[in-house]
Amino acid sequence: MQPLDAVDAASVRDDIPSFRPGDTVRVHVRVIEGTRSRIQVFQGVVTRRQGAGIRESFTVRKISFGTGVERTFPVHSPILERIELVTHGDVRRAKLYYLRGLRGKAAKIRERRGGRGSAAAAAVGAGSGDAAVVAEGDAEAS
Amino acid sequence: MKRVEPVSRRGLLGEKVGMTQAWGEDGRIVPLTVVAVGANVVTALRTPQADGYTAVQLAFGAIDPRRVTRPVSGQFRKADITPRRHIVEIRTADIGEYTVGQALGADVFAPGDFVDVTGVTKGKGFAGAMKRHGFGGLRATHGVDRKHRSPGSVGAGTTPGRVFRGTRMAGRMGNATQTTQNLRIHAIDVDRGLLLIRGAVPGAAGGLVIVRSASKRPAARTGAA
Repeated sequence: MQPLDAVDAASVRDDIPSFRPGDTVRVHVRVIEGTRSRIQVFQGVVTRRQGAGIRESFTVRKISFGTGVERTFPVHSPILERIELVTHGDVRRAKLYYLRGLRGKAAKIRERRGGRGSAAAAAVGAGSGDAAVVAEGDAEAS
Repeated sequence: MKRVEPVSRRGLLGEKVGMTQAWGEDGRIVPLTVVAVGANVVTALRTPQADGYTAVQLAFGAIDPRRVTRPVSGQFRKADITPRRHIVEIRTADIGEYTVGQALGADVFAPGDFVDVTGVTKGKGFAGAMKRHGFGGLRATHGVDRKHRSPGSVGAGTTPGRVFRGTRMAGRMGNATQTTQNLRIHAIDVDRGLLLIRGAVPGAAGGLVIVRSASKRPAARTGAA
């Protein structure tokens, strides 16, 4: 829809890091409770990116108390305080629906080393260390 | 003839560009239709003395001057304006604020105004009763044979012995003038000449639409301004 790109430009965010399905991200969501606003963090694996332009969205999957939880966000939504890239995942498809049928160690995604995205991974080095710990904890719990 | 009480209404002609979305203040998605109003120009005024009613005549859209018929080009020559593709009258009480030759832009409306949008709907061709009138059709199973989308009965038997006039049946659908009422202006873009209207408006992208102040919300204008 090229004729509307100029209109959409006002709503498109340019502060979103590039991330792909398989990556682990920490999404900081602004939650409004009554008059107060606070930040809620949703961390998990990106299982898909869908759509393009202003209406693009992505889905994050995490295991919460043994139950799989998926949440879909519009990429350019103003309720996203920020998106933190934790690790790059090594996956071979664009939609990771197969994770729904897997649990524990089988649902673990290998981290991508070298090649594309290694610089970004180094940039959030401290974050990725934490993520490894979290991932191990999850695996033991389930 | 019924007397139409003169009301102050604003109007613009525009071209539907398409639909997109934006976010409202509460973070929710707002569906938007973008209408390019560009430059509307006032070509004539209707006065009670000369015409018996009040209205402002607007013209909009580029056209090859050779394609304008003689009578119409005479109208434009009288107003000393280059010919436009579309001419529409907007009924309004206060024609005093308009002058012939005046250019009108998107700032005729303000964000928060309620408007009625008139356009010509997309043609659907010869459509069946299910699509055209929302009939339920017949069952998929239980012995229904090749009649799944049929309208069913169209009336009683020997009495009255005919099908009543106006019975809803299959036929041409769409390609008809339609007005969607009480849509809200989300934003205006004066520089690019765009109206961003919440919700959908009739017609295909590229079609002519007439945007008018909402007839059923006369107070909304003053409330928003």
